[in-house]
Amino acid sequence: MTTTFTLNGQPMTAAVPDDTPLLWVIRETAHLTGTKFGCGIGMCGACTVHIEGRATRSCITPVSLVDGAAITTIEGLSADNSHPLQKAWVACQVPQCGYCQSGQIMQAAAMLKDIPQPSDADIDGVMSGNLCRCMAYVRIRTAIKIAAVEMHGVVPPAAAASAAAATASAPEVAKHA
Amino acid sequence: MRRVARGLAVLFGVVVLGLVVFTIWAWRAAIAPIAPPAAASFDAALVAKGQKLADAGYCLTCHTPPKGKPYAGGLPMVTAFGTIYSTNITPDPATGIGNWSLEAFTRALHEGVARDGSHLFPAFPYDHFTKVSDDDVKALYAFMMTRPAVAQTAPANTVPFPLDVRLLQAGWKLLYFKEGRFQPTTQQSAEWNRGAYLAEGLSHCGACHTPRNALGAEKKGADAHLAGAAIDGWFAPALTAANTAPVPWSAAELHDYLRNGGTPYHGVAAGPMSNVVRQGYALLEDADVNAVAAYIASGNGAADRQADVGQIVGDEIARSRYDASQAGDHGASLYTSACAACHYNPTSGPQLARPELGLKSSVSAPDPTNLVQVILHGISVKDGLPGTMMPAFGAGLSDDDVAAIADYLRKSRTSLPPWTDVPGVVAKVRSGKIT
Repeated sequence: MTTTFTLNGQPMTAAVPDDTPLLWVIRETAHLTGTKFGCGIGMCGACTVHIEGRATRSCITPVSLVDGAAITTIEGLSADNSHPLQKAWVACQVPQCGYCQSGQIMQAAAMLKDIPQPSDADIDGVMSGNLCRCMAYVRIRTAIKIAAVEMHGVVPPAAAASAAAATASAPEVAKHA
Repeated sequence: MRRVARGLAVLFGVVVLGLVVFTIWAWRAAIAPIAPPAAASFDAALVAKGQKLADAGYCLTCHTPPKGKPYAGGLPMVTAFGTIYSTNITPDPATGIGNWSLEAFTRALHEGVARDGSHLFPAFPYDHFTKVSDDDVKALYAFMMTRPAVAQTAPANTVPFPLDVRLLQAGWKLLYFKEGRFQPTTQQSAEWNRGAYLAEGLSHCGACHTPRNALGAEKKGADAHLAGAAIDGWFAPALTAANTAPVPWSAAELHDYLRNGGTPYHGVAAGPMSNVVRQGYALLEDADVNAVAAYIASGNGAADRQADVGQIVGDEIARSRYDASQAGDHGASLYTSACAACHYNPTSGPQLARPELGLKSSVSAPDPTNLVQVILHGISVKDGLPGTMMPAFGAGLSDDDVAAIADYLRKSRTSLPPWTDVPGVVAKVRSGKIT
């Protein structure tokens, strides 16, 4: 069967069996390798992409479920790596090995649309399914708060202090983590 | 000995006489075929009215298989009596209804008899369509006869002998079918009556939401009417006061759910309900959606429940939080990793595309079938709420893992007793061997 959708704004037709995971189509058919294979059972978040703007695990999404949908991967999040999260990720030097990071950023981008000023509990609640074996969680949380400030212009009360500290001395934050 | 023989002869005579009387009574003559009427012969306004009515009955849903041609039939309907394939209702004369007169079309809807005189199976819900007014049937006819004709014959039904003898359907009708148009209730408003007319007639809500007896007829009586039933591997929840969703189904909630495919307080339509929205109520005039909502809400006790929605919602969001007491709970861990990324809401309230699971009737329902269906198979972007989908966790999780998540949700989000044998339900749903 064929499934038709748009991938980062480009029309795409996948002539693959209906139960083929979307991740396979993204990596093997479209050759976009920014989205990673982690666990293959929807438990680690490395394969997170946006389907109609919502963060979704692509490794357990049969391609037939996204017929007609608009899909965005890390390559399509911004034209020039200028999404506030991408900038904050660089400023905070978030990644260590980097394998989980595209999933982390896609998950966080969707979260900031739904919850523009997330508390620590909100970040933990939404981001707990995105695992990082390098334990970069503290920098991830900091970068999300910085991006939230840039995107929505308001400093969440609990975030003000740590975000200020992070922008002032990103390497120091890295040391603590 | 002679007396026994005489007795047998009398009995035989009675049986034969009975069969003759039954056959005469059950027999329906064919209605003469007509040359397919030209599409241009139908008034455009009548066709447009017919289209809205066809949408109200979501005719398209049953008369079109996935990726099939509209109204050309062939959708398999698995019943306890075998698989029945929907028929071609495009105006193709050889394989569809192109040579059906208005009279034949009307008889099919009102009496469940095909043009050739054969009795239809009640998989075609003529027990509801009999309530549709003659004027509306005329509009439906105009709409169907102006669709593109498709030459396509549905696969043969697998209903075994003798149940496949069409004449015997007359016996079923004798037991369970009462022909007759909708009669308004004068004590109720025009809106309520319009809603009742649609819900009980064309929209045939009871076909899924009313439990059926051993012979496949909807059970009678106020206790059974719309009281919830198993259907197509899902559970159609009660539309009565027996519904288990924590927030009452007010007319406004019903309207938004039917119109949009989901609400923040009741989650997202899935399974067989998806097309009721997408191929039905999403396309109707708002007045009709409101009318059906008003009718259903009048029968579910929503107005009598002094529910503090804010309190209920706040409680459910609080219950959804992970805390240290859940450490070691396999289901809680799985939920935190696999589900919370989407099914987490800030304290400000539940969001439409982040269904708060404690508010869903699937978690408080008497059995876990719907919850298990959605976890295993996900939700397509084409289902209930436009653009919102869910992955199919059945690809990654074992039956025990899925059951652990379901049990965890039941335990943490409700005060109800646990479901029994959830892994068994998961295995059954996964195998597809569930009706």
